[in-house]
Amino acid sequence: MAKNILILGGGTGGSIVANILARSLSPQEATITVITASPQHIYQPYQLYIPFGYQDPRKIARSERSLLHRRVALVVDPVEALDIKNQTVVCRSHKSYPYDYLVIATGSTVDEQQIPGFKEGADHFYTPEAAFVLYEKLQNFNGGTIVVGIGGLPYKCPVAPIEFTFMLEEFLTKKAIRQQSEIIYTFPLNDVFNIKTAADYIKADFDKRNIKTELFFNLSEIHPEKKIAESIEGTELSYDLLVMTPPHKGATFLRGHEIADADGWVQTDRHSLKVAQLENVWSLGDTTNLPISKAGSTAHFQAPVIAKQICAAIRKETVDPEKVKYNGHVACFIESGYGKATMLDFDYEHPPQPPPPTEFIHFQKLALNKFYWYLIPKALI
Amino acid sequence: MEGIKITKEVDARGSFCPGPLMEMIRLIRSAQVGDVVAVISADEGTKKDLPAWIKKAKHELIAEEPVEGGATRFICRKLH
Ligand SMILES: Cc1cc2nc3c(=O)[nH]c(=O)nc-3n(C[C@H](O)[C@H](O)[C@H](O)COP(=O)(O)OP(=O)(O)OC[C@H]3O[C@@H](n4cnc5c(N)ncnc54)[C@H](O)[C@@H]3O)c2cc1C
Repeated sequence: MAKNILILGGGTGGSIVANILARSLSPQEATITVITASPQHIYQPYQLYIPFGYQDPRKIARSERSLLHRRVALVVDPVEALDIKNQTVVCRSHKSYPYDYLVIATGSTVDEQQIPGFKEGADHFYTPEAAFVLYEKLQNFNGGTIVVGIGGLPYKCPVAPIEFTFMLEEFLTKKAIRQQSEIIYTFPLNDVFNIKTAADYIKADFDKRNIKTELFFNLSEIHPEKKIAESIEGTELSYDLLVMTPPHKGATFLRGHEIADADGWVQTDRHSLKVAQLENVWSLGDTTNLPISKAGSTAHFQAPVIAKQICAAIRKETVDPEKVKYNGHVACFIESGYGKATMLDFDYEHPPQPPPPTEFIHFQKLALNKFYWYLIPKALI
Repeated sequence: MEGIKITKEVDARGSFCPGPLMEMIRLIRSAQVGDVVAVISADEGTKKDLPAWIKKAKHELIAEEPVEGGATRFICRKLH
């Protein structure tokens, strides 16, 4: 009898796993179902460009159905409960779905409530709506202090706030208000980034462009009426515009679940991507508790490792864990402003060595943005 | 440490920087003023960063106790 594969989340990671499985397994071997929260699939990297007017927020999403192989069934009904013992998932409609194999790819969401004053006082680009509000504010900005920072670790796309800062510096310069503006970048740790080799490069560029930094800044509260951002270290920063990456969490049904921590990050093996030592449950992408970048490229490199294990399990083949394993590979472009970009490419063993920014790398990023829909979710590369 | 009661401790062995530091920050965020909290870590980066953070945040680093296997227990009192 065909086995039941459930994939929770129809974003980058879930779509790739579903499409690889649909091409690898016959209908007699498995039925494949993606259960997701929205009929739309958003290409989130485009949100970085919205605040500067480089991207139209209405043009960053496609129908998830159009990205899935015809053999993959799609259910749009947010998961509300996961019962590991009875191997079932219950959705908002109260319908329940049994599984033989489960893949959790429900990503991460922003949680603005965690910081008092965040909603009223801070802007960000981590949802298309918030990015558009920030676009309007930047259009009307005529100089002053802009504080850009991180409101909590971990957060998705760790380089996005750095890219934003570089692009902001260019934006203010081209608007001829850089002289009247100060940019301050805050980070919760003692450096501008949590990977040393990348931090050195970023800090040198910040210095060159007169971007100030405030380190060990763990946001505790925002006072919108006084326009002050306060950290638990006791530092207070005055701002005219505050662009803070909100704290992130896993999906609600995972928060405090037996397979996850209080914030919903799923206990995941760093090589096999199996969840909580279970033989039939895997997770990938933003939702894992792995100490690596929460990025689309991470999910992209993880997906085949999971698909191979599921195929082998269904066919009762053994896999060599040395051959089928995730090695921590992540590859992220960094927009540096002025039409140039650099790149971080690393894995568990090899830290990134970012090359000097070039126009060519910037065009590679633009090409990926354009071709994402045709190549990535469909698992063609 | 004799005479000092640790309210909450997290064993962060096996986790790398910034993991143990973030554990300490989480503990301090949820502790009451005067509480003593501790994090155990064997990570090299943490040995430098954790005391530096406690100093910056103006709490009190009560002790750095060696724990078997080359790890360290960082004991900190929340002062404000
Ligand atoms: C501004 C910005 C810029 C970025 N830039 C880059 C970049 O340049 N490079 C890069 O690699 N990454 C980038 N990222 C990160 C990247 O978008 C994510 O890391 C990636 O999408 C993670 O894939 P995922 O499958 O884990 O989650 P997602 O793609 O977010 O998908 C999660 C899916 O789960 C669904 N879901 C949520 N809750 C439930 C539920 N309860 N039940 C069922 N379904 C649910 C959602 O609807 C969604 O379809 C960026 C992100 C942002 C915000």
